[in-house]
Amino acid sequence: MEALDGNAIGGLLQEVFGVELTAAPGVCGSCGARRPVAELAVYLRAPGTVVRCPSCDSVLMTFVEVREVWSVDMRGLSELEL
Amino acid sequence: MLDLPEWSGHRAGQHLDVRLTAEDGYRAERSYSIASPPGEPVAITVERLDDGEVSPYLTEELRAGDALELRGPIGGYFVWGPEDGGPLLLVAGGSGVVPLMAMLRHRRAAGSDVPARLLYSSRTLEDVIYRGELDELGAVVVHTLTREQPPGWTGYSRRVDAELLGEVAWPAAQDPRVFVCGPTPFVETVAGTLVELGYPPQRVKTERFGATGGR
Repeated sequence: MEALDGNAIGGLLQEVFGVELTAAPGVCGSCGARRPVAELAVYLRAPGTVVRCPSCDSVLMTFVEVREVWSVDMRGLSELEL
Repeated sequence: MLDLPEWSGHRAGQHLDVRLTAEDGYRAERSYSIASPPGEPVAITVERLDDGEVSPYLTEELRAGDALELRGPIGGYFVWGPEDGGPLLLVAGGSGVVPLMAMLRHRRAAGSDVPARLLYSSRTLEDVIYRGELDELGAVVVHTLTREQPPGWTGYSRRVDAELLGEVAWPAAQDPRVFVCGPTPFVETVAGTLVELGYPPQRVKTERFGATGGR
């Protein structure tokens, strides 16, 4: 499956966090790579949305919506600068 | 063209999400880049995909006066304004030209003297979006037609590669601002090649869209 990038989840992030986050730098908890959310690899067609580190492929964030409630897992990120 | 009473204003390069809900509750959501410059009514350009869930509705069913569920404006990374300076290098694959068009329209409307070049890859001349307007933007526009060229075509006729970018792109020493938008493989090739040509990765901003749906 072809990856998109973090621009594609700008609207989702705005809905979940209430702020624009595509320009916010995030740090991968596995390899330490630091880059804006817009540059992360995004898979929209997984069950839910999966965000991976383009450097080491680790899962950084997952988003699943069930009955209009978002389940968000960000354990793969060591840092996200708001 | 969209009439949005609560729109907060947008920046060149941003997009919006369109959400369609079927009678049975099934929802489909797609992102569309905003083609109009800041300060003008919001316009999106929709390319119809035969197997799409959203674009056939937007291009065939939707009538003037119909209501749409929208979210936006979205994005703070893939944006440019005259205050960000230049020179500006824009590289578009197919409908990836839409957000770059907003930047060029913004530059023109603001009377900016930032030098701008657009390298625009299309399959055929008929696939070129905004063909007439592109010549009137005060920017250098370079076309490449990858699949079919009309008789007498003098422009490029191959996929964007290192040699082509070397001829069209500003020298890295001029510290250009770069925006690349198109399908994922196109964006990866162009961004990777520009970095090989000496462009700092953080100066090369990218936006990828998929073959089905989305920008």
